[in-house]
Amino acid sequence: MKRLGPLAGWILPAAILVIWEFLSRIGFIPENVLPAPSAVAAAFWRVLVSGELAQNISVSFWRASMGFLIGGSIGFLFGLANGLSRFSETLTDTTLQMVRNVPHLALIPLVILWFGIDESAKLFLVALGVFFPIYINTLHGIRTVDPQLVEMGRTYGMNNWDLFRRVILPGALPSIFVGLRFGLGIMWLTLIVAETISASSGIGYMAMQAREFMMTDVVVLSIIIYALLGKLADAVARLLERYTLAWNPAFQSR
Amino acid sequence: MFADAMTFIETATRRPPRELTTGTAVPFEVLTEVAPTRGQGSALSIRGLVKTFDQEPVIKGLDLDIPAGQFVAVVGKSGCGKSTLLRLILGLETPTSGSIEGVGATGGTARFIFQEPRLLPWATVADNVAVGLGRSGSRTSRRKAALKALSEVGLDGRGDAWPAVLSGGQRQRVALARALVSHPRLLALDEPLGALDALTRISMQGLVERVWQDQGFTAILVTHDVSEAIALADRVLLIDNGRIALDLAVDLPRPRRRGTPAFAALEKTVLDTLFGFEGGEAI
Repeated sequence: MKRLGPLAGWILPAAILVIWEFLSRIGFIPENVLPAPSAVAAAFWRVLVSGELAQNISVSFWRASMGFLIGGSIGFLFGLANGLSRFSETLTDTTLQMVRNVPHLALIPLVILWFGIDESAKLFLVALGVFFPIYINTLHGIRTVDPQLVEMGRTYGMNNWDLFRRVILPGALPSIFVGLRFGLGIMWLTLIVAETISASSGIGYMAMQAREFMMTDVVVLSIIIYALLGKLADAVARLLERYTLAWNPAFQSR
Repeated sequence: MFADAMTFIETATRRPPRELTTGTAVPFEVLTEVAPTRGQGSALSIRGLVKTFDQEPVIKGLDLDIPAGQFVAVVGKSGCGKSTLLRLILGLETPTSGSIEGVGATGGTARFIFQEPRLLPWATVADNVAVGLGRSGSRTSRRKAALKALSEVGLDGRGDAWPAVLSGGQRQRVALARALVSHPRLLALDEPLGALDALTRISMQGLVERVWQDQGFTAILVTHDVSEAIALADRVLLIDNGRIALDLAVDLPRPRRRGTPAFAALEKTVLDTLFGFEGGEAI
């Protein structure tokens, strides 16, 4: 098969845009249902010039990354502790598994009661959502490290720290990255829902405001921005993955 | 919480090795100076060794003396306890009763070559070899020693390759370099060539013999291949049912050629004992 260039992934979205614009121009898609791509671009320009867009994106980005950082690091630490220590696992895993089975978005009413609609509510929800994929995949990664390599490390005189640094952590890394990418997806999902329901800034808020005034172009623009941010986060994760997993044939020369 | 961290890993992978393989590593600088001289293998003395797993005896009272620098091959049917004996000697298992003296008393390092190469896939070949040096010396001196060990096993210039790109034979060579880089006094080999194809096997056997002659460590090779045992060892031990059933000196000049009458006669002796034939009966 012929190799596709790096931009090949964008052929399909571009084609969809062209067809969409065409259908809007001939009036097949009414303006108040779905605005034409050109109208969305115009809306983009408008909010960009007014500074509204930069303001909202930076607020959303800050919430997403802070929530991810908090939830992700707690999840990672619990994953490490429970992967390495039976004691810690016995103590906490049952609780964590019970909490995991509660859809974190179902907590929104409670979270609003606790935190109101300010920043901490969103951070809490994002952190909670991100926690579990990172926790579970870190734990799984550590548990599935090849015991033969651990035994090799021990016979070659590695102490616990060396063993962790040179054998266990690198062995768990592919699985941790799976958790990271799941976590990034959940991060955006949670933020969208939280911002749409209760917020006074951010992309979700911008979309809800626009809905009040029937500005479909801004609504569509918000959705597209979410998609692009999600894609960006995934690309960063991939880059990290390729850099740290260079040894793995599955990640080489792609 | 972290006080008991790693207990899971520890219990999951048997016991940590005996102190002698870990704590008593000679400083690297000393090793490089002393290393090239021959005859620093450690002598081994085993008395009344018993090992039971879940009430099931695997080693049933075994006495064995191995002089320093001897190449001993241990053969036997699968499940006869030969691998367990090796793990006991290396301190990967603790004896139920009896004693193993020598490896620790002389303060030498012992190294284990597994059936699989067991290389860290995320470390380069040179870094994998450097694992054998632990934390002794500086980074650069470890790398230098690793590259030297690699050239000794015929892997010049592959230091920066990932293990994933090597062939099975090359990986086992890297494992050999990793074991030899610290110049151990005892090298234990647990069917290290079992997974290799016939041609690679023969060249690897030559390599093992050569490094043993160069470095003069005591070697204990567990194998199921009788001709391999006779080709390499000074002495072949046949383990049957947890006891030594045959202790055979191999007095052939090296390098040994398979197919000579003396070679074949020894091979027959071992095989006959292995399958319980009496003197005169042939296969």
